Amino acid sequence: MTQTDQIAVQMTDICKSFNHVMANDHISLDIRRGEVLALLGENGSGKTTLVNMLSGIYFPDSGEIRVNGRLVTIRSPRDAFALGIGMVHQHFKLVDVFTAAENIVLGLPGGMRIDRRALAKEIQEIAARYGFDIQPNKKIYDMSVSEKQTVEIVKVLYRGADVLILDEPTAVLTPQETRKLFAVLRRMKADGKAVVIITHKLNEVLEVSDRVHILRKGKYIATVNTRETTAQELTEKMVGRAVSLAIERPEPGERKLRLAVTGLSCLNRDGLPAIDDIDLELYSGEILGVAGIAGSGQKELCEALAGLYPLKKGSIRYYPADGGAGEELAGMPPTEILRRGIVMSFVPEDRLGMGLVAAMDMTDNVMLRSYYRGNGPFVDRKTPRALARQLIDQLEIVTPGVDTPVRLLSGGNVQKVLLGREIASSPQVLIVAYPVRGLDINSSYTVYDLLNQEKQRGVAVLFIGEDLDVLLELCDRILVLCGGRVSGVVDARHTTKEEIGLMMTMHQGKETAAAAQDEPGFVEPTFPHEEASQAKTAAATQNGEEGRA
Amino acid sequence: MDNFVNLFNAAVLAGAPLLFGTIGEILTEKSGNLNLGVEGLMFMGAIGGLSGVYFTEMFAGSLSSSLLVLLIAILSAFLCGCFGSLIYAFLTVTLRANQNVTGLTLTIFGTGIANFLGDVFSTSSAGNYMVISNSAKLAFGNQPILPFLARLGEDSMFWNYVNRLFFSYNFLVYLGILFAVLMALFLNRTRVGLNLRAVGESPATADAAGIAVNRYKYLATVIGGGICGIGGMYISMVTAQGVWIYNCVGGRGWIAVALVIFATWGPARAILGGIIFGGLTILRMYVPMGIPIEIYDLMPYVATILVLIFTSIRQSKEHAMPKHCGLNYFREER
Repeated sequence: MTQTDQIAVQMTDICKSFNHVMANDHISLDIRRGEVLALLGENGSGKTTLVNMLSGIYFPDSGEIRVNGRLVTIRSPRDAFALGIGMVHQHFKLVDVFTAAENIVLGLPGGMRIDRRALAKEIQEIAARYGFDIQPNKKIYDMSVSEKQTVEIVKVLYRGADVLILDEPTAVLTPQETRKLFAVLRRMKADGKAVVIITHKLNEVLEVSDRVHILRKGKYIATVNTRETTAQELTEKMVGRAVSLAIERPEPGERKLRLAVTGLSCLNRDGLPAIDDIDLELYSGEILGVAGIAGSGQKELCEALAGLYPLKKGSIRYYPADGGAGEELAGMPPTEILRRGIVMSFVPEDRLGMGLVAAMDMTDNVMLRSYYRGNGPFVDRKTPRALARQLIDQLEIVTPGVDTPVRLLSGGNVQKVLLGREIASSPQVLIVAYPVRGLDINSSYTVYDLLNQEKQRGVAVLFIGEDLDVLLELCDRILVLCGGRVSGVVDARHTTKEEIGLMMTMHQGKETAAAAQDEPGFVEPTFPHEEASQAKTAAATQNGEEGRA
Repeated sequence: MDNFVNLFNAAVLAGAPLLFGTIGEILTEKSGNLNLGVEGLMFMGAIGGLSGVYFTEMFAGSLSSSLLVLLIAILSAFLCGCFGSLIYAFLTVTLRANQNVTGLTLTIFGTGIANFLGDVFSTSSAGNYMVISNSAKLAFGNQPILPFLARLGEDSMFWNYVNRLFFSYNFLVYLGILFAVLMALFLNRTRVGLNLRAVGESPATADAAGIAVNRYKYLATVIGGGICGIGGMYISMVTAQGVWIYNCVGGRGWIAVALVIFATWGPARAILGGIIFGGLTILRMYVPMGIPIEIYDLMPYVATILVLIFTSIRQSKEHAMPKHCGLNYFREER
């Protein structure tokens, strides 16, 4: 097999800049048939920009693109389809109120009316060929994330794409769903299609790709054959220097019950249970991770604990550090909680929406935590200003100054401002939701370090995560949510990704979850009852399998 | 029964202009453009349709063919509505101006220019009236459209009622219903209709699927505005019987905007909604209850609020405003 006639798409010397920032600086890339190419790079390295020029979303400033050896101009997504290039975007481009079939046929030429029966049949044929599971007449808003992704991929295949580009396809999937997706990708590869996946997850690169193309800060770094490389080498090329990939996990300090939640239930906007009968115990000096598929009730759980979400029922008891009697927090607004001297910090998922005011500068944002202090009608700006300066120094926040609106900061720096502000208020309980989402490796490790520091200081940390590898390495215990219910709590030091993945997708009997809470010692890392823990998880695994059979 | 037939007739006749305004606005909103300028577009259609016939008669003499009169009126009103909404589309789609502000401005502009022109044309004509000839007026008169049914009705009470309830209106009423049915079919059954709905729901998705988003937005907005214009023409030609009356549209455009919500963005449901809202606007003349006029006048709005309350309780994803309606789209925004 000669390589030249295998090349489906060739990009040469592509440049693209946004507002004088070079997003792509003379990048060349070739995509080959019958191969999975991984495009690896940190956030902001220009991966998505590069492929968006293939899918017709952006137009290159300079450089040329050849498809099957022919020089082409791609001005719109329509041009891209015509050349057999299809892209599955990270944020799905689907119309919620349409069915899968309607989404798939959207924008295609054809007769005035749509023959729905023939369409459904064609879709099923494609699905059968690559091993998808799809219901053509199901509405998108009724679908899980994984189903939506399937629709996106089938949509691209239905349009006859030979070159498939997937932007961060596994970010929202469970390990099981990821494996299914990879199986599909391998089948496409065998079918002679060219597949490109954009990712920053090294283990996935190593698992599924044949070649890796690495970008850093808009520049081309290297292309390596997956078989001849290691995770360490890839990281060094991606980050530009040697990095230790291990996340530190200090032993928990003095563990004391800080927050005890029992029977917590909330309804979502449709009046259905968002979280249902959740029991959890949060100890000082530990990081409790929360795993679950996106939308399993993580957001509602955080907001309910922080007093921002209406509860249907349940209790949240807070136990102060001095060992006093517990205090009931359920139903209290955040200001009331604060007035009792309890500092509960919440770093929300939506940093610039809920955490910070995007158009305000750092001083004002820091002040949101202290404006109510002091006497008289005027606010004290000096203290927050000094604190903002201190945060810039301590956390190495890259910003022109404390007077710059935070929306102009990069994602990592925004997160540092938010996390820094929350930590500066010396919380007893720290709730962080997806704190490293969208952050590059360096910023991510800064965040892990900050969380570990807080843990050692005796803060009870609740960490909502999406990357199971991180959860497993950073947390002491992991609580798994599934459909708004707790499907189990496991010791992070003695569990596997597969086990958690399984718990994420099954609806367990309530007994198991409740039983787990009845014996608080069962997942305790300091004096582990390992046998009990393992027996329990084994039982859980069995339940899950029976449930599926 | 006769009272009911009279009320129903009056409701249909009052509802027809609302129906035009509503389906025009539904088409516009399906493309993601929330055009609050319906009132202004109807004003422009009202003066446009009247002027079209008035000036043709002035220069070419009295028109004998009803069909020709209708055609001129519809075409000139439609074009005036198109012109108004073209301004809107240019501002919001090409220049990306705020849709609410643009729509409100269009209402003010349309109202002003129609009343101004109506005034100018009236004062410059004999008797200070801008009025079309009696023969032209006939084209907009209500008459039984099925003569054999009218003959049947002479002997049978049942056929008499059927005839009077459903087959005794002017041509524009049927045109409105036809438009509504065709638009329902277009939106729900055709490929182009599917694409248009996608543009209103999620323009980024439509764009990625290769749909020319801006072209769809322009076409839907301009044609929708033209249909609103026909609704205005109905008011000056049928309701005001071919005479320019100052401020003749008088808020019906706003009722049409409310009716879009009442019909939950479904053109077929707009037919029913048009009759109900039409009935509410003329209720005081047929059902005297001894309450102030203002109370009658606010009934359509009370009905709209009730519908809003019900639909928000139901939280249906299907019968709701297109998700991206009111927001402008541009591709390179990151």
